Amino acid sequence: MSSDDLGALALLHDPVRRSLYDVVASRGGDVGRGEAAEAAGVSRTLAGHHLDKLVEAGLLESGFRRQDKKGPGSGRPAKVYRRARAERSVSLPPRDYAALASVLADVVDALGAEEQAERAARTAGARLAGRRPGEPVERVLGERGYEPYNEGGRLRLRNCPFHALAEEQPLLVCSMNLALCQGLLEALGDDPGRAVLDPRPGECCVSLKQTDVDIEGG
Amino acid sequence: MLAPMHLAQLNIAHLRAPIDSAELAEFVALLEPINDIADEAPGFVWRLKESESDPTATVIHDYGDHLLVNFSVWESLETLWNYAYRSAHLGVLRRRREWFLRMAEPYMVMWWVPEGVIPTLAEGMARLERLRAEGPSPEAFTFKDSYDSSEAVSLPAAAAARK
Repeated sequence: MSSDDLGALALLHDPVRRSLYDVVASRGGDVGRGEAAEAAGVSRTLAGHHLDKLVEAGLLESGFRRQDKKGPGSGRPAKVYRRARAERSVSLPPRDYAALASVLADVVDALGAEEQAERAARTAGARLAGRRPGEPVERVLGERGYEPYNEGGRLRLRNCPFHALAEEQPLLVCSMNLALCQGLLEALGDDPGRAVLDPRPGECCVSLKQTDVDIEGG
Repeated sequence: MLAPMHLAQLNIAHLRAPIDSAELAEFVALLEPINDIADEAPGFVWRLKESESDPTATVIHDYGDHLLVNFSVWESLETLWNYAYRSAHLGVLRRRREWFLRMAEPYMVMWWVPEGVIPTLAEGMARLERLRAEGPSPEAFTFKDSYDSSEAVSLPAAAAARK
């Protein structure tokens, strides 16, 4: 744990900053000052102050977007915010599971044991679903940090909870993640076939197809 | 200002059967759609093609009949990574065992080239050999142990790798 991480995360103790951070993170892209202020229910000036604090701490990044509105202020680029890509974590006492996971991923790769790893991931997914049959998968995935959102009837996952490992061993980690999501769906009493590989830059490699009510009914 | 650098990548695969066999038919059918995704991908610069007219023609070379070669140049590590692992290409990669033999050694290598330079396949194969023999370095690296372009240009050894 670095003191930087602790300092940055401590900023989120303030409820206004916390809700502004949540608003920006949940949009998955550039969010203007006015939009963030409105969603968080605070004034534009206050929002700007706190958003800039979050940028200073490295939790958000800022940039400028050209406005296409007409009228006063048009042509001046608007300041926008998005979630910073750097990870922050704090653990007390210090823990480092990621380093060990990376070593184990290398071992799986060296052994060519991808299929066993996928089977284990499917079992792990079922275990994560726990004793919660019938619970909506959105909620369970949300609690696991996947940040699910709807797009055209499909459930997409904004965040990859295994990001650093997926960058190192994408084939292994993305295959395991797919298997995990399928195991989770199955244990929830949902259709495991809903989870498919559907990679897109900056997001999780899996998305969930809409439940086909007709098939279930028939 | 430093001259902008581009990223060259070479990967090889050992085919389980001849490229024109029934076993490889599904793979060959995927060549055109997947190469189209590469050609359209942000950051794509160049790839080695055997034929401009036949999208299913694989690169002919002197390194063995069962060796499939993918050789391309990209603007950055991120754009190549997004194509390889964040497009429909990922699904094809997952099926690699159906068509290719497992390789115990590294089968993919990357290195930086000055913008506008198209490296030769012989150089790529030499870089892969170097990676296999000496491990990752700014002259021959992998996604797991990558180097950015500033590390490549500041090292005089970059020229030495070209032998």
